[in-house]
Amino acid sequence: MTAQTPRILTDAETSLVDAYAGASGWLPGEGVVKGARQLAVEALKNNGLPTRKVEAFHYTDLRALLAKGFRASPRPDATAAAERASNYSRLMNAVRLPVMDGHYFADLADDLPSGLTVMPSFLEGFGSGTGETADVVDTINTAFVTDGLNISVAADAKIDALIGIANTFAGEAGGIAATRNFITLEAGSNAAFLDRAVGPDDLSYLTSTVTTLTIGEGATADYVIAQEEGDAAQRLARFNVSLGKDATLNLFILNAGGSMVRQEINFDVEGEGAELNISGVNLIGGKAHIDVTSRITHHVPQTNATETFRNVATGAGQGVFQGQINVAQPAQLTDARMACNTLLLSDDCDFSAKPELEIFADDVQCAHGATVTDLEDSYLFYLMARGIPESTARRMLIRAFVAEVVEELENEALIEALEGRIDAWMERHV
Amino acid sequence: MLEIKNLHVRIEEDGTEIINGLNLSVKAGEVAAIMGPNGSGKSTLSYVLSGKEDYEVTEGSITYDGEDLLEMDVSERAAAGVFLAFQYPVEIPGVPTLTFLKEAMNAQRKQRGEEELTTPDFIKRVRAAAADLKIDFNMLKRPVNVGFSGGEKKRAEILQMSLLEPRLCVLDETDSGLDIDALKVVSDGVNLLRDPSRAVIVITHYQRLLDHIVPDTVHVLSKGQIVKSGDKSLALELEEKGYADIIGAAA
Repeated sequence: MTAQTPRILTDAETSLVDAYAGASGWLPGEGVVKGARQLAVEALKNNGLPTRKVEAFHYTDLRALLAKGFRASPRPDATAAAERASNYSRLMNAVRLPVMDGHYFADLADDLPSGLTVMPSFLEGFGSGTGETADVVDTINTAFVTDGLNISVAADAKIDALIGIANTFAGEAGGIAATRNFITLEAGSNAAFLDRAVGPDDLSYLTSTVTTLTIGEGATADYVIAQEEGDAAQRLARFNVSLGKDATLNLFILNAGGSMVRQEINFDVEGEGAELNISGVNLIGGKAHIDVTSRITHHVPQTNATETFRNVATGAGQGVFQGQINVAQPAQLTDARMACNTLLLSDDCDFSAKPELEIFADDVQCAHGATVTDLEDSYLFYLMARGIPESTARRMLIRAFVAEVVEELENEALIEALEGRIDAWMERHV
Repeated sequence: MLEIKNLHVRIEEDGTEIINGLNLSVKAGEVAAIMGPNGSGKSTLSYVLSGKEDYEVTEGSITYDGEDLLEMDVSERAAAGVFLAFQYPVEIPGVPTLTFLKEAMNAQRKQRGEEELTTPDFIKRVRAAAADLKIDFNMLKRPVNVGFSGGEKKRAEILQMSLLEPRLCVLDETDSGLDIDALKVVSDGVNLLRDPSRAVIVITHYQRLLDHIVPDTVHVLSKGQIVKSGDKSLALELEEKGYADIIGAAA
């Protein structure tokens, strides 16, 4: 006979388990959906949140970092939620798909251009998680997901307007906003997305989001994630991408908010000739912990990937970048490049960068590099010697540092909007 | 306008004394040349005037327009009208020159309690000043000094000087790395700025620059002290006899 001693759950773990128990009566879905949620909660009970011992979470001890006091967020009253959401100005003009506290409000959405279909559903890909500790982002989402956007772009459709997924948290302290989106670009189509998350400062809440993006043959997607959660928000996000033959993805990620952010990005490059350009800016101030963990797997020959992150850490901010590139044996002639450059502006901030290359093909080019520096004194002196006050001079140099990746984007209005958000962050932290 | 008394300066990092009891007085409207051999403390003097952090003043005072210059930080000095034309202007990637100029002009105006310039007014001023210095306006769309030749960098320094309209200009070996034509353009730019209300300190190794920017006074710096002062003829004497003779005679 074997006796199993049950684990003692931490406050954060208990709060998640209790939050599910309190909401299981109304969380959407019966039968298999409910079954999958229960399995997820069981997995959470048994495995707990990951600690540093779990390789994928080595720099983000979620068991220590995740807050407590969570509860699922029921669908808010549309009028009240819309009013609270109106506190946040639009980043830029887009076909707006409003999502509040993890619920999509189709009635408040802008008119859709032809070729674009949006259905409210979280079921695509739901329940496929492994429940393993390393997959906790998916597990928590499975337990609490309330809604999702199932977006499809018709074959050969060229959507000119930016498609804006506007996530707002307007709920109460401890609220969990959980969504699972599924986006498909059919062969030969083009579309650009702005996936933005905003919420109030000084309020602990949890955003859980899993997005799966499938890009068909010859299709091109531009995707921007603008993360501007409140300064006490927790965010567990996963972005899965599958690229078909000759498909292109230009992904840009701005992390400019949140107190504990884990952004996972998983790419499966499955079509020959596919191209993947990933770039991003992580702004880590106050006591924020921001972790971007990416895994790119090249399954087939002749695909390209570039990944460039610029990070700015200050205060007691802690940043993490883990970049894994896997090149499977058949994936000859892969060209993969990764760079992670960081400005550390204070004595108490830190940044951990971990590149990992796993290459089983012999005719490939893979490179990675990471740098960490402070602002260059001679530049600061030069600017100040012309009468520019130190704080302004520092901001100019930080802006220049991040502009090198932001200005690679092709949409001028988007560049301006993102730089505006970066300036706003600097106003508070630099 | 500028009164330096018994100034002692050392390098903060290793404590090396560079300036040892320097006295210098420069009046409004005056062009003062400071000459001296390598290592005499010329560049240190320019950095101390502009407020660079790596230097520590251990004794003495610098009074500018009746105010204690050493109490002001780098940007405050600049806003108060002190301008250093760098010997080696730095290249700053990612900061467009025009953005930099506008920030600098407006920062100074703001510190002085003046209205910020409108964009058309700003552009008009820059175009006019660039034309005077034979600078292609398109060059100013590039990042600060990036890809500029040695001569272009020095001309850009003078452009900044004329736009910022300082009251005390310190030119740190502005002639180094300039060919004869560029030297002429740069000198003409400086001469245009000569004004009864403005003082200029020209730091140089060579008499050549002083043929173009004719000084009112010439001071010889050696081992961190002014060892001899005179009028423009002193520069010619230095050129003829060399530093060793003059410094030797003064010591």
